Amino acid sequence: MKEELFISGRDIPFIDPVLHIWHWQIPLYLFVGGLAAGLIFFASYFYLTGKEDKYPIAVKIAPIIAPIVIVLGLIALLLDLRHPAYFWQLYTTIRLDSPMSWGAWTLGAVMPLSVLWPLIYIYELKNYFEGMICKMPYKILNWLTNLIEKNWILKWAFALIIKNKKPIAIANLVLSVILGVYTGILLSAFNARPLWNTSILGPLFLVSGLSTGAATIMWMAKDHYEKLTFSKIDLLLIGIEIFFIIHMFMGFLSSTEVQQEAAALFLGGEFTAVFWGVFFIGGLVFPATLEVMELFGYKIPISIPALFILLGGALLRFIMVDAGQITRYLY
Amino acid sequence: MRYAMTMDIKKCVGCSDCVVACQTENNVPSGYCRDWIVENVDGTYPNLEMEIRSERCNHCDDTPCVRTCPTGASHVIEGGIVKVTPAECIGCGACIQACPYDARYFHPDGYVDKCTFCDHRVAKGQDTACVSVCPTHSLAFGDLDDPNSPVSILLRNRKWKVNAPEAGTKPQVYFLI
Repeated sequence: MKEELFISGRDIPFIDPVLHIWHWQIPLYLFVGGLAAGLIFFASYFYLTGKEDKYPIAVKIAPIIAPIVIVLGLIALLLDLRHPAYFWQLYTTIRLDSPMSWGAWTLGAVMPLSVLWPLIYIYELKNYFEGMICKMPYKILNWLTNLIEKNWILKWAFALIIKNKKPIAIANLVLSVILGVYTGILLSAFNARPLWNTSILGPLFLVSGLSTGAATIMWMAKDHYEKLTFSKIDLLLIGIEIFFIIHMFMGFLSSTEVQQEAAALFLGGEFTAVFWGVFFIGGLVFPATLEVMELFGYKIPISIPALFILLGGALLRFIMVDAGQITRYLY
Repeated sequence: MRYAMTMDIKKCVGCSDCVVACQTENNVPSGYCRDWIVENVDGTYPNLEMEIRSERCNHCDDTPCVRTCPTGASHVIEGGIVKVTPAECIGCGACIQACPYDARYFHPDGYVDKCTFCDHRVAKGQDTACVSVCPTHSLAFGDLDDPNSPVSILLRNRKWKVNAPEAGTKPQVYFLI
């Protein structure tokens, strides 16, 4: 039995929250960062491989979601800062040792590029949104195209962007992978939280992000062939994700005491039900099963597996951020 | 120059004088503290063992807090003292997540605050506030590079341990056992 009492100085109600300083903002940001990375990755990858017309939703339509969710994520990040007015300090220095510095600069680069990409396809987007019940996106796009057509500077800039489609796609491809990996590496860099001290979080969050991106694309796709392709891609990604999760626990269980205790939170501890029951079954196995059934010819509304994958992706981040802050070194 | 602190577990009675001295000296906002007392009770009744420690930032040689800081607000000054520049701190919490000793906290003004080894006193040749008030002389402070400093002498002549050495941070607050 080991009992630790803080008998003075540190006010107990102030002490415990010190360990748990990140709430909903960080996991939400990690989720949307992964989602945006997935969407941008598929768009630039399939453009660069010349499959623009084969997968029109993936390349032309879905990327519009990326800048919107990135902005949401940035707002969440800003809300998380205790000194939000000082956020610009991130851009006064480059610290190669600090994943958060990498992240700030990556986001600084991804943000404008993720706006440029849907801008290239603004006319296709306009057509896509034309018949929608909600008139708002169409009206905004219509206003934008009118603006571009009337103003010669904007027209010139628009032509310049279209001319440089390929370099933009290449930059997007590289940045999306960095963004996806970074959402995981951000956590693994914090020495004091044993649950996060595994480099597999980088690839795990990347794959999970790509999977949520693929789920969004298959949800939006209209053409059966595109739906099916992204359903297959997603199935493969879920398989890799399960593989990484099992390896993560294998690593923990063969590591030091603090990491074994971190793993114990999920293997009988307080996160067991939510992780295996809700995330693993509900967010990975259940949608994967539906996707397999679909491949065998059953008619399943694609929105069901897609929604569960998206919710699962978000839940994974919330669980990892929450549980990680409980784990600590004991002495 | 390498500043370090020793804390004699055998002498500490857990009076919390060090905590109050620090709060007074450094204007620590009420409800917060830069150093604190931990009481570890080990064993099963009636065979109990108790250890009282006065803990603070370990001013590590290998500082995960400084490494993960995205703005450079967390930095190391001469003598190995780890400090935070409030004007550069965005309050992201990266250093708090990186510290195995939970030695940092959010100041109500939005920046991260922590023990400074009383560098303003040390610069004048004084001991830190906590060391200067310790009624049982359980705390000592000094330069490890000076063989005649109190900490060098104590570490030569006593057995010691550090907190969580497995975290790999090379902590510089030594507990004499």
